[in-house]
Amino acid sequence: MRIQVEYFAVLREHVGRGAESCETAAATVGDLYRELDARHGFPAVGRLKVAVNDEFRDWDTPLSDGDHVVFIPPVAGG
Amino acid sequence: MFRFTHDPIDPGSFHPLLDDPAAGGYCSFEGWVRNHNEGRAVLRLEYEAYESLGVKEGERILAEAAARFPILKAACVHRVGRLEIGEMAVWVGVSAAHRDAAFAACRYVIDEVKDRVPIWKKEHYAAGESGWINCAVRAPAGTPTR
Repeated sequence: MRIQVEYFAVLREHVGRGAESCETAAATVGDLYRELDARHGFPAVGRLKVAVNDEFRDWDTPLSDGDHVVFIPPVAGG
Repeated sequence: MFRFTHDPIDPGSFHPLLDDPAAGGYCSFEGWVRNHNEGRAVLRLEYEAYESLGVKEGERILAEAAARFPILKAACVHRVGRLEIGEMAVWVGVSAAHRDAAFAACRYVIDEVKDRVPIWKKEHYAAGESGWINCAVRAPAGTPTR
Protein backbone atom coordinates (compact mmCIF):
# COMPACT_ATOMS: atom_id res chain seq x y z
CA MET A 1 0.00 0.00 0.00
CA ARG A 2 1.01 3.61 -0.45
CA ILE A 3 1.19 6.01 2.49
CA GLN A 4 1.70 9.76 2.34
CA VAL A 5 4.04 10.93 5.11
CA GLU A 6 4.37 14.62 5.95
CA TYR A 7 7.25 16.07 8.01
CA PHE A 8 7.40 19.22 10.11
CA ALA A 9 10.03 21.19 11.99
CA VAL A 10 13.01 19.15 13.22
CA LEU A 11 11.95 16.06 11.25
CA ARG A 12 11.38 18.07 8.05
CA GLU A 13 14.87 19.53 8.30
CA HIS A 14 16.40 16.12 9.07
CA VAL A 15 14.73 14.34 6.15
CA GLY A 16 15.35 17.31 3.86
CA ARG A 17 11.81 17.56 2.51
CA GLY A 18 8.30 18.19 3.76
CA ALA A 19 6.67 15.01 2.53
CA GLU A 20 7.24 11.66 0.89
CA SER A 21 5.13 8.90 -0.57
CA CYS A 22 6.05 5.46 0.80
CA GLU A 23 5.28 2.00 -0.51
CA THR A 24 5.10 -0.13 2.64
CA ALA A 25 3.75 -3.31 4.17
CA ALA A 26 3.81 -1.82 7.69
CA ALA A 27 0.81 -3.01 9.69
CA THR A 28 0.64 -0.08 12.11
CA VAL A 29 1.83 3.51 12.30
CA GLY A 30 4.45 2.37 14.84
CA ASP A 31 5.77 -0.18 12.32
CA LEU A 32 5.88 2.54 9.66
CA TYR A 33 7.85 4.80 12.03
CA ARG A 34 10.42 2.06 12.65
CA GLU A 35 10.71 1.36 8.92
CA LEU A 36 11.29 5.04 8.11
CA ASP A 37 13.58 5.47 11.11
CA ALA A 38 15.80 2.71 9.69
CA ARG A 39 15.92 4.64 6.40
CA HIS A 40 16.33 8.20 7.70
CA GLY A 41 17.80 7.76 11.21
CA PHE A 42 15.35 10.17 12.81
CA PRO A 43 16.75 12.31 15.63
CA ALA A 44 15.51 11.26 19.08
CA VAL A 45 13.65 14.39 20.09
CA GLY A 46 11.65 13.08 23.02
CA ARG A 47 8.04 12.03 23.16
CA LEU A 48 6.62 11.76 19.65
CA LYS A 49 2.92 11.70 18.86
CA VAL A 50 1.39 10.62 15.59
CA ALA A 51 -1.57 11.73 13.49
CA VAL A 52 -3.36 9.73 10.80
CA ASN A 53 -5.61 11.63 8.38
CA ASP A 54 -5.47 14.78 10.52
CA GLU A 55 -6.39 13.17 13.86
CA PHE A 56 -4.15 12.13 16.76
CA ARG A 57 -3.93 8.32 16.90
CA ASP A 58 -2.22 5.58 18.94
CA TRP A 59 0.98 3.98 17.67
CA ASP A 60 -0.81 0.65 17.16
CA THR A 61 -3.35 2.17 14.73
CA PRO A 62 -3.59 -0.02 11.59
CA LEU A 63 -2.62 1.57 8.28
CA SER A 64 -4.76 1.65 5.14
CA ASP A 65 -3.79 2.44 1.57
CA GLY A 66 -3.76 6.18 0.98
CA ASP A 67 -3.44 7.17 4.65
CA HIS A 68 -1.75 10.49 5.49
CA VAL A 69 0.64 10.14 8.43
CA VAL A 70 2.44 12.84 10.43
CA PHE A 71 4.95 12.18 13.23
CA ILE A 72 4.60 15.00 15.75
CA PRO A 73 7.70 16.08 17.74
CA PRO A 74 7.21 17.90 21.08
CA VAL A 75 5.28 21.09 20.37
CA ALA A 76 6.23 24.64 21.37
CA GLY A 77 3.46 27.05 20.45
CA GLY A 78 2.71 30.28 22.27
CA MET B 1 -12.59 30.46 16.38
CA PHE B 2 -9.01 29.21 16.14
CA ARG B 3 -6.88 30.15 13.18
CA PHE B 4 -3.33 30.51 11.96
CA THR B 5 -2.01 33.60 10.19
CA HIS B 6 1.16 34.33 8.26
CA ASP B 7 0.63 38.07 8.78
CA PRO B 8 1.13 40.27 11.85
CA ILE B 9 -1.71 39.83 14.36
CA ASP B 10 -3.97 42.85 14.82
CA PRO B 11 -6.03 42.06 17.96
CA GLY B 12 -8.51 44.80 17.11
CA SER B 13 -9.54 42.98 13.96
CA PHE B 14 -10.58 39.96 16.03
CA HIS B 15 -12.41 41.96 18.68
CA PRO B 16 -15.81 41.58 16.94
CA LEU B 17 -15.52 37.81 17.44
CA LEU B 18 -15.95 38.44 21.18
CA ASP B 19 -18.93 40.79 20.92
CA ASP B 20 -21.99 39.75 22.87
CA PRO B 21 -24.65 41.97 24.45
CA ALA B 22 -24.49 39.82 27.59
CA ALA B 23 -20.74 40.40 28.00
CA GLY B 24 -19.51 42.39 30.96
CA GLY B 25 -15.94 42.42 29.70
CA TYR B 26 -13.24 40.44 28.05
CA CYS B 27 -9.80 39.16 28.91
CA SER B 28 -6.98 38.67 26.43
CA PHE B 29 -3.50 37.23 26.41
CA GLU B 30 -0.82 38.22 23.93
CA GLY B 31 2.33 36.12 23.58
CA TRP B 32 5.30 38.17 22.32
CA VAL B 33 8.69 37.19 20.95
CA ARG B 34 11.28 37.91 23.66
CA ASN B 35 14.95 38.53 23.11
CA HIS B 36 16.23 35.78 25.40
CA ASN B 37 15.49 32.20 26.41
CA GLU B 38 17.26 30.10 29.05
CA GLY B 39 20.14 32.54 29.23
CA ARG B 40 20.72 32.83 25.48
CA ALA B 41 20.23 35.97 23.39
CA VAL B 42 17.54 35.36 20.76
CA LEU B 43 17.53 37.29 17.47
CA ARG B 44 14.26 36.05 15.95
CA LEU B 45 11.91 33.06 15.81
CA GLU B 46 10.30 30.85 13.23
CA TYR B 47 6.98 29.15 13.94
CA GLU B 48 5.82 26.20 11.88
CA ALA B 49 2.43 24.49 12.27
CA TYR B 50 0.62 21.40 11.10
CA GLU B 51 -2.31 23.65 10.32
CA SER B 52 -5.10 21.22 9.42
CA LEU B 53 -4.74 19.28 12.68
CA GLY B 54 -3.80 22.43 14.58
CA VAL B 55 -7.09 24.13 13.75
CA LYS B 56 -9.04 21.04 14.84
CA GLU B 57 -7.17 20.80 18.15
CA GLY B 58 -7.43 24.56 18.71
CA GLU B 59 -11.19 24.45 18.14
CA ARG B 60 -11.45 21.54 20.61
CA ILE B 61 -9.61 23.62 23.24
CA LEU B 62 -11.96 26.58 22.73
CA ALA B 63 -14.98 24.28 23.04
CA GLU B 64 -13.55 22.81 26.26
CA ALA B 65 -13.09 26.32 27.66
CA ALA B 66 -16.72 27.13 26.85
CA ALA B 67 -17.85 23.93 28.59
CA ARG B 68 -15.71 24.44 31.71
CA PHE B 69 -16.26 28.15 32.34
CA PRO B 70 -19.34 30.42 32.06
CA ILE B 71 -18.02 32.44 29.13
CA LEU B 72 -19.67 33.88 26.02
CA LYS B 73 -17.07 33.86 23.23
CA ALA B 74 -13.49 32.64 22.89
CA ALA B 75 -11.00 32.96 20.07
CA CYS B 76 -7.32 32.32 19.43
CA VAL B 77 -4.97 33.30 16.60
CA HIS B 78 -1.44 31.95 16.25
CA ARG B 79 1.17 33.39 13.93
CA VAL B 80 3.41 31.20 11.77
CA GLY B 81 6.51 32.06 9.77
CA ARG B 82 9.41 34.33 10.71
CA LEU B 83 8.88 36.69 13.66
CA GLU B 84 11.09 39.44 15.01
CA ILE B 85 11.64 40.45 18.66
CA GLY B 86 8.54 42.12 20.10
CA GLU B 87 6.09 40.74 17.54
CA MET B 88 2.93 39.00 18.68
CA ALA B 89 3.07 35.23 18.29
CA VAL B 90 -0.33 34.38 19.75
CA TRP B 91 -3.50 36.14 20.81
CA VAL B 92 -6.28 34.71 22.99
CA GLY B 93 -9.52 36.58 23.72
CA VAL B 94 -12.45 35.55 25.93
CA SER B 95 -15.62 37.50 26.70
CA ALA B 96 -17.89 36.70 29.64
CA ALA B 97 -20.57 38.21 31.83
CA HIS B 98 -18.10 38.31 34.75
CA ARG B 99 -14.33 38.63 34.92
CA ASP B 100 -13.45 35.50 36.91
CA ALA B 101 -14.60 33.20 34.10
CA ALA B 102 -12.90 35.34 31.43
CA PHE B 103 -9.52 35.23 33.23
CA ALA B 104 -9.77 31.51 33.97
CA ALA B 105 -10.82 30.54 30.45
CA CYS B 106 -8.12 32.71 28.88
CA ARG B 107 -5.51 30.99 31.04
CA TYR B 108 -6.93 27.59 30.15
CA VAL B 109 -6.81 28.28 26.41
CA ILE B 110 -3.21 29.53 26.30
CA ASP B 111 -1.97 26.70 28.54
CA GLU B 112 -3.65 24.01 26.43
CA VAL B 113 -2.59 25.59 23.12
CA LYS B 114 1.04 25.55 24.25
CA ASP B 115 0.73 21.93 25.35
CA ARG B 116 -1.37 20.37 22.56
CA VAL B 117 -1.53 22.28 19.28
CA PRO B 118 1.06 21.05 16.73
CA ILE B 119 3.15 24.22 16.47
CA TRP B 120 6.95 24.28 16.55
CA LYS B 121 9.28 27.13 17.42
CA LYS B 122 12.80 27.57 16.14
CA GLU B 123 14.98 30.10 17.91
CA HIS B 124 17.83 31.84 16.12
CA TYR B 125 20.53 32.88 18.61
CA ALA B 126 22.91 35.82 18.64
CA ALA B 127 25.82 33.37 18.71
CA GLY B 128 24.80 32.14 15.26
CA GLU B 129 23.20 28.78 15.88
CA SER B 130 19.54 27.85 16.05
CA GLY B 131 17.36 25.18 17.59
CA TRP B 132 13.85 23.76 17.75
CA ILE B 133 12.46 24.34 21.25
CA ASN B 134 11.54 21.19 23.24
CA CYS B 135 13.16 19.04 20.53
CA ALA B 136 16.71 18.76 21.84
CA VAL B 137 18.23 15.51 20.63
CA ARG B 138 18.53 13.10 23.54
CA ALA B 139 19.13 9.35 23.40
CA PRO B 140 20.09 7.62 20.13
CA ALA B 141 17.22 7.28 17.67
CA GLY B 142 15.13 4.16 17.95
CA THR B 143 11.58 3.19 18.57
CA PRO B 144 9.22 6.05 19.39
CA THR B 145 8.79 6.89 23.04
CA ARG B 146 5.16 6.58 23.88
